[in-house]
Amino acid sequence: MVRGQRRRRGIVDWLNATFQHWSLLPAVLLFVLLTLYPIANLLRMSVSTIDFMHGSEVWSFTPGRNWASLLSEPALGPTVINTLIFVVVGVVVEVILGLGLALLVGSMTRGKGLMRTLMIIPILIPPVAIGSMFKLMFNHDFGLFNQLLAVAGIGPVSWLGSTSLALWSVITVDIWHWVPFVFLILFAAVEGLPGDVLEAGRVDGATRWQLLWRVALPLLMPAITVAVLFRAILAFKAFDEVFLLIGGGPGTSSELLSLHLYKVFFEQNQLGYGAMLSVLTIVGVLIALLLGRRLAAGARPA
Amino acid sequence: MSAPVTGISGVAFEERGWIRSATRARILGLLLIALAIVVIVGPSLWILMNSFKHQISILSGAWIFTPTLDSYKDVLFSRRSDFMNGLYTSFIVATASTVIVLVVGTAAAYSLHRFRWAHWVVAGFLGWTLAFHVIPIITMVGPWYLVFKQLNLYDTKTALVLTHVAVNLPMAVWLMMSFFKALPPEIEEAALVDGCRPLSAFWLVTLPLVVPGLIATGVLSFIFSWNEFTIALNLTSQTNATVPVVVSKFANDYEIQHSQMAAASILATVPALLLMFFGQRFIVQGLTMGSVK
Repeated sequence: MVRGQRRRRGIVDWLNATFQHWSLLPAVLLFVLLTLYPIANLLRMSVSTIDFMHGSEVWSFTPGRNWASLLSEPALGPTVINTLIFVVVGVVVEVILGLGLALLVGSMTRGKGLMRTLMIIPILIPPVAIGSMFKLMFNHDFGLFNQLLAVAGIGPVSWLGSTSLALWSVITVDIWHWVPFVFLILFAAVEGLPGDVLEAGRVDGATRWQLLWRVALPLLMPAITVAVLFRAILAFKAFDEVFLLIGGGPGTSSELLSLHLYKVFFEQNQLGYGAMLSVLTIVGVLIALLLGRRLAAGARPA
Repeated sequence: MSAPVTGISGVAFEERGWIRSATRARILGLLLIALAIVVIVGPSLWILMNSFKHQISILSGAWIFTPTLDSYKDVLFSRRSDFMNGLYTSFIVATASTVIVLVVGTAAAYSLHRFRWAHWVVAGFLGWTLAFHVIPIITMVGPWYLVFKQLNLYDTKTALVLTHVAVNLPMAVWLMMSFFKALPPEIEEAALVDGCRPLSAFWLVTLPLVVPGLIATGVLSFIFSWNEFTIALNLTSQTNATVPVVVSKFANDYEIQHSQMAAASILATVPALLLMFFGQRFIVQGLTMGSVK
């Protein structure tokens, strides 16, 4: 009894003394095993060719071959450009609409809570479900959009089938999905605007327009920057809806980088080349992140 | 800053104009908000409507039809549908990964917040989690695929749980850190002065104060895991397909089953909606807190 108690106290003492270290340890271990090691593996894959023979992988060291595939692939340029269009157009429109809506709802006298509740819904719907919803709505023969156009007497449009439109259809879905998220961030900022500053501006005779541009917007700038950064990151990662809407899409015209990586990895089974594209993607994203952080630091009010 | 005052009559005229334009602006604003509501809610309602149709009335684009539960029955109970199995897999994976994320993430956040770690430890940990959080997840799926094949964990719930933990852990650490930071340090200091040991101070004093944070983190982690598609698509085959993978099969099959696809989409959203009504306050706090801090 006494010995058991003493031992238990010893364990408790030890746990208290080393609390700092064992509380962080599991997270570090998980990150090393599940992210650091696979990324190291990714680097090794990127200079190799991996073939599957009789269910086991055969690795060979062929850095030149992956670079040659990169240079000889015609689809890559359009894919990168499409991704940039997707990210830039999507984020800009989302921030403009989200900000407008946040200002509008902020000026409402009642119903703010209801608006906020409504706006959470699109964020919570599984992206795959959003993809299938819009796949139905974009349908050429019986989709909602073509039904509405038919009422206006405009012929059916091939939203996802035509190479020029598919990218814009996907951007539309992304905007629908994420304006509410931008709204939530900016609405919190609008509600936090200091009332006395706005009041002082009003007393000094500033018009609504001046109040918006000269007083409110500069104060909202940090939140807007955060929204832009968050959205740009998420837009760059977008895969689910894109896969559902144009997964088998019209050629490569509307392909985005994440979908392209999927095809290289899992449809063409080019693990080595896919790994090299992944490494390049990761490097690009990290550079963008560092630049974005610098910009965000610059946008912060002095 | 101040507008030029052009005599009393000028001010009066300005004021009247301002009031009139304010009324017009208010009506315009209400119309815009109504439009926003229609745009946000409309698609979901349209899909809900279609999920009660037979395939034939979807194909004819009918607005008037006899509602039927057939697509739901088909999705849930038909032998060729994997939806039930997907529900089971998704539930296990989301629950297990959320529990691990909460325990490991909260401990790590507390450790980083409370103790004096060398600067490079904190910067390295947070920097790495941030970097990992921003890279497209599809870049990780390739190496994960190889690792889990080697470990014989391909197409298992274990692989899904581990990867979902990795994906959601950064968010959990940052969220919990911001909740810990929001607490006044005096509370715990007082407990320590009164003879409380570090472990008890954490367990009995600090942890109960961050329960809202735990709920926000838990709910978001569960929903993200439930909705996750990229990893589940590529690390599982039919046996361990999650709900999103099953939904995508309805949509990408050779012959698209539109009514089942609509019903499956609705069903896949139900858990998230339930959680929302349960913990809306915490979710909004979590979604915006993580972004502002």
